[in-house]
Amino acid sequence: MDSKLAQKRSLWSTFLLGIGFMAAVDEIIFHQILAWHHFYDRSTPLVALMSDGFLHAGELIIFVAGFFLFFDLRKRGFLASRFAWAGFFLGLGVFQVFDGIVDHKVLRLHQIRYGVDSILPYDIAWNIFGVFLMAIGAVLYSRARHNSTAAKPWHNR
Amino acid sequence: MSYQHTDWLLPFILVIAMLAAYLVAAYRQRGKTRSWSDRRTACFALGIAVLVIAIIPPVADFAHHDLRGHMIQHLLIGMLAPLGLVFAAPVTLALKALPAAAGRYVVVFLHAPLIGYLSQPLTALLLNVGGMYLLYLTPLYAASLTSPALHTLVHIHFVIAGCLFTWAIAGPDPGPRRPGLRFRLWVLFVSMAMHATLAKLMYAYRWPRGTHHTPEEIQSAAQLMYYGGDLTELVLVIMLFRLWYRNQKTLKTAGPLQRKERLKTTLPI
Repeated sequence: MDSKLAQKRSLWSTFLLGIGFMAAVDEIIFHQILAWHHFYDRSTPLVALMSDGFLHAGELIIFVAGFFLFFDLRKRGFLASRFAWAGFFLGLGVFQVFDGIVDHKVLRLHQIRYGVDSILPYDIAWNIFGVFLMAIGAVLYSRARHNSTAAKPWHNR
Repeated sequence: MSYQHTDWLLPFILVIAMLAAYLVAAYRQRGKTRSWSDRRTACFALGIAVLVIAIIPPVADFAHHDLRGHMIQHLLIGMLAPLGLVFAAPVTLALKALPAAAGRYVVVFLHAPLIGYLSQPLTALLLNVGGMYLLYLTPLYAASLTSPALHTLVHIHFVIAGCLFTWAIAGPDPGPRRPGLRFRLWVLFVSMAMHATLAKLMYAYRWPRGTHHTPEEIQSAAQLMYYGGDLTELVLVIMLFRLWYRNQKTLKTAGPLQRKERLKTTLPI
């Protein structure tokens, strides 16, 4: 495997892991511990309920796919760790923003919190946090690229 | 309707007989060039143990008057037990243990058009998750509460459809005319989505209807179905990717003859 491919795979494997990880965090913290999110709220249309099923199934598969790719790279010593961290943060951020816009607003699967005067501050905070995570990922990615071109040619470690 | 306490005896004897047959067959592989894997034997024993837990009177009684109990029983016999039973590779063991003449019958049986049709992932999906939609979103479930014969039939269907699906997706036993891993992953994806959707439909619209179950009971049963289904499906996804991972490793040393096979066994990542 050449260094370019190793970098690309490192980025993608952790990107998938990041998506799955954030989905799990969302499920555990907001659904189970805080119980802010609802399993289902009455405003969800039928078609959204079904698309939620597909999204949910996709998240599980993505997480396992990322896991296998990541450990394959690690085991073979091809993991480019800077790219891997960048991919992980990008995955976290992309899921957070996707959840904040598509799940909460477009599909209206559930809202962030119920029984509050205005949901707007919650939505803004949620998406800003997501964009923040994506920005971290982007900075890490540009640093990783800069590092890989400036440093000695990448070789097997 | 009162649940007969002797009703569990026949299935109990049946599953113990299955376990005994498996253990004898596995034991007889000892001393041969390749003895039977202990891990597979443990898998089968766990699968049988899960079935036994699901049919013993306390669980069966709970399942009979409470939808949450029914759902736990459904998850145990239709999703968790099949994982153990299928990954124990019982057909492979049977082929090894049976005399050649009897083994030939097994092979002929496996290659029968009906089995080929049933073992297709899409057919298995339809029988498995499709059966669940039929049971919970129609008056069938209510009817199964009053008819013992229907009740038994539903349970047998759960076990067989669950095993068929697990086998078609990632089972170690050989399957005739089995499609590639990519297609099987898509079918698994659709199955998971349909299962999650069904659980939410039941939660949202209070299915199954026409029963004595309270809305709260139905909602917590639906949540059990959703999260319990997740766990067992996660195992199945992992097993499928494990197959892909192993294929990829062996293909690295493979010659050009296996190239065509490679297309069928690699995933688009």
